[in-house]
Amino acid sequence: MRYRWRGIALHAVLVFALLLFMFPFAWTIIMATNSTADIYRFPPKFTFGSQFDDNVRHVLANIAFFQSMGNTVIVAVSTTLLVLFFDSLAAFTFAKFRFPGRNALFVLLLATMLLPAQLAAVPQFQTMAILGWVGSLKALIVPGAANAFGIFWMRQYFQNSIHDELVEAATLDGCGFMGTYWHVALPSARPALAFLGVFTFVGSWNDYMWPLIVLTNPDHLTLQVALSQLNRSHGVDYSMLMTGALMAMVPLVVVFAIFARQFIKGATEGAVRG
Amino acid sequence: MPATSAEPLTGSSAGQRRGRRVWSYWRFYLALSPFYILFAVFGLYPMLSTIVLAFQRWDGLSPRRFTGLDNFRFLVEDPTFWLALKNTLVLFFMSTIPTLSIALVLAVMLQSAVRFTNVYRIAYFIPNVTSLVAMAIFFSSVFSTNFGLVNAALRSLGIPEQDWLGEPWGIKIAISTMIVWGWVGYNTLIYLAGLQAIPKEQYEAAKVDGAGPVRTFFSITLPQLRPIVLFTVVISTIGGLQTFTEPQVMVGNSGGTGQSGMTIVLYFYRAAFLDNDYGFAAAIALSIFALVLLFTAINWRIFRVRGDAS
Repeated sequence: MRYRWRGIALHAVLVFALLLFMFPFAWTIIMATNSTADIYRFPPKFTFGSQFDDNVRHVLANIAFFQSMGNTVIVAVSTTLLVLFFDSLAAFTFAKFRFPGRNALFVLLLATMLLPAQLAAVPQFQTMAILGWVGSLKALIVPGAANAFGIFWMRQYFQNSIHDELVEAATLDGCGFMGTYWHVALPSARPALAFLGVFTFVGSWNDYMWPLIVLTNPDHLTLQVALSQLNRSHGVDYSMLMTGALMAMVPLVVVFAIFARQFIKGATEGAVRG
Repeated sequence: MPATSAEPLTGSSAGQRRGRRVWSYWRFYLALSPFYILFAVFGLYPMLSTIVLAFQRWDGLSPRRFTGLDNFRFLVEDPTFWLALKNTLVLFFMSTIPTLSIALVLAVMLQSAVRFTNVYRIAYFIPNVTSLVAMAIFFSSVFSTNFGLVNAALRSLGIPEQDWLGEPWGIKIAISTMIVWGWVGYNTLIYLAGLQAIPKEQYEAAKVDGAGPVRTFFSITLPQLRPIVLFTVVISTIGGLQTFTEPQVMVGNSGGTGQSGMTIVLYFYRAAFLDNDYGFAAAIALSIFALVLLFTAINWRIFRVRGDAS
């Protein structure tokens, strides 16, 4: 009996925390379905309203929402695919082959993880200007097409999950280096690829500072920058703002919901093993 | 270093290979090249030119001029720099201490919960993958002076309403609330993974010795968890020292009333991309880097040196 009460108390606290974490989403939906006047009164309205269509219309009238969404999708999808390919290929090479300079290259890779992004931001903007990429989505995709974290993380995975004999057997069967990568390494790394893919996609979708700097054309933005522009120009129309926020959030929550388990497993594993 | 492991690797033995020329490994170097080429062009080169730029004066248009240590002297003499530094540290402590303490408590509770653990884990994690801009807008509405949710709650309790986003401490409370909300879940799951890795026998032995739950927590759980705590502190430090989106969206480029939301990265952003004072911004960037290194080293010392050799 005592244990039962303890269990109930435990879940009561855990559910309370869950409600706190979920509350902003619920409140966002409530705000998005009401008018600002309904929300901003005392006591506030806590139920869903019928103003969602109006709010969506206002968002679409004030920012090029679908264009920004399209830009964000292009950037996030291409960054993710490039990162998955380049990172897994490099990780496989580090994990399963020996060649001169391997350790030095790997240490260099680890060292780059310590460097904060701001350290490069100013000259990087100048580089983009020289390349003619200022205002273009290339400026967001290309610099992030391969990264140290992904290579480090995938390397750990390849070391533990692929036996050397398997790689050797594939080589003896006449699989070249790329063949072994494609037919042996990639299929066995699906869970790791799922994690790295979602991690990269989420990061790219939510990226804010660099797009804010480099996307200088106000008609050609990503969702996050467009949203912040909407906030700057309509700072009091919270119902419309939250509708925009909701519309920008939904695709991401869907992607996360599909891969949630693998993602959480991947995100927490690294800390314990490292 | 993990790369020096002595495990047998594919291919012929090292002796056979030693004689070959380096370029016979071209496939491997080609496979690694994308990262290193991108790093050289978009990482190393800009970082090196940041170092040079920090000793120059440049607005992006007129020719660069070497000015020696001027940028650093202006930096040290600028009260806004010290204010931004102070704000960043205050925000770091105001958000990291509650985040990590709540996360540890939730992790311990989640470990003893048997049912619904996956539901909790997913729900706790979602804030961490949510757009910072969207959530910054959400939290500015919650803390807004006129009829924001927080003020509505205060009013129903008979407490006078506060001008949260127009008052220095209010701004800091709003920003740290948002950071805590975003990061508790992530850290909870990290701690949970760490707790589950502690061998069960240790707890049984403690039970046999008659140790209560509190004693067990402080003499087994916490010491075993130390590497994990170090990891979360380092992650929080690196993230906390680079706080930008929250204040920039919530109180704008100015940093809000009394520049109370002016963080060091927002200060950098303003100098570089609003004032086009590139040399000065480069000096700020170097100081941010130094700060990150300093704090990482401090964390390392606190958590490693005091422990045993493991």
